[in-house]
Amino acid sequence: MSILKIFKVEVIIENKTSIRDPEGETILHDLLVKNGFTQIKDVRTARMLLLEVQAENKNQAKDIVVRMCNELRIFNPIVSICKINVVSD
Amino acid sequence: MKIGIIVFPGSNCDKDTIHVLSNVLKIECELLWYKKSDLDDFDAVIIPGGFSYGDYLRGGVIAAFSPIMNEVRKMAEKGKPVLGICNGFQILVEARLLPGALMTNASLKFVCKWTKLKVLTNRTNFTNDCIENSLLNMPIAHHQGRFFVDRKDLSRIIRDDQMKQIQMVLF
Repeated sequence: MSILKIFKVEVIIENKTSIRDPEGETILHDLLVKNGFTQIKDVRTARMLLLEVQAENKNQAKDIVVRMCNELRIFNPIVSICKINVVSD
Repeated sequence: MKIGIIVFPGSNCDKDTIHVLSNVLKIECELLWYKKSDLDDFDAVIIPGGFSYGDYLRGGVIAAFSPIMNEVRKMAEKGKPVLGICNGFQILVEARLLPGALMTNASLKFVCKWTKLKVLTNRTNFTNDCIENSLLNMPIAHHQGRFFVDRKDLSRIIRDDQMKQIQMVLF
């Protein structure tokens, strides 16, 4: 019998690079560059969901989250991408 | 003719819609709580505006997964009129009954003002009482109103002449 464990999985939803990110642009121009951090050339904002997933192993935890994100439209694939990382076990 | 008006947690202007349908247009209509599971008695459905589920995750996405939206999809497949106003439009997009996506306004600001829409055609269910090329005053109020479609969907809706209807229902 396999033992189920809890894995922390982060889901990062961000606009595709072809889609403008006005919030990132404002942070870059009106906060970072204006205050001297001219070395920073781009900012992209994203939304992060941190999930606790019960699974047998890391791969299974990730598979569950990938399926969930696609089935429940956690991101709109027309404008967004979704990065899924298992961050702890 | 009987029209259903679907109410989600966080919907608004549903009572305005009832007022216009029953008192102005004298059409039979009924408010439908989103947990209702059968829409067979209705000839058309309207999803009003508001902030269903607090716009959590994205405007309309949680409401789009309510069981009642399967009923709305069946109505659309039968050719019955489905109208989404404001958040209702976002719900129809998230339910994939309409193409595209709605994103945060480029200004990052909540936009609340009057705007003018041009009636490009009156050969649709939604505009057949309007005079072609006339301007309609419409109130808009949204934070996620930047409508986006990819090139493939854009050419499809232009080819199918849906764009004219979409312009009418967008706000």
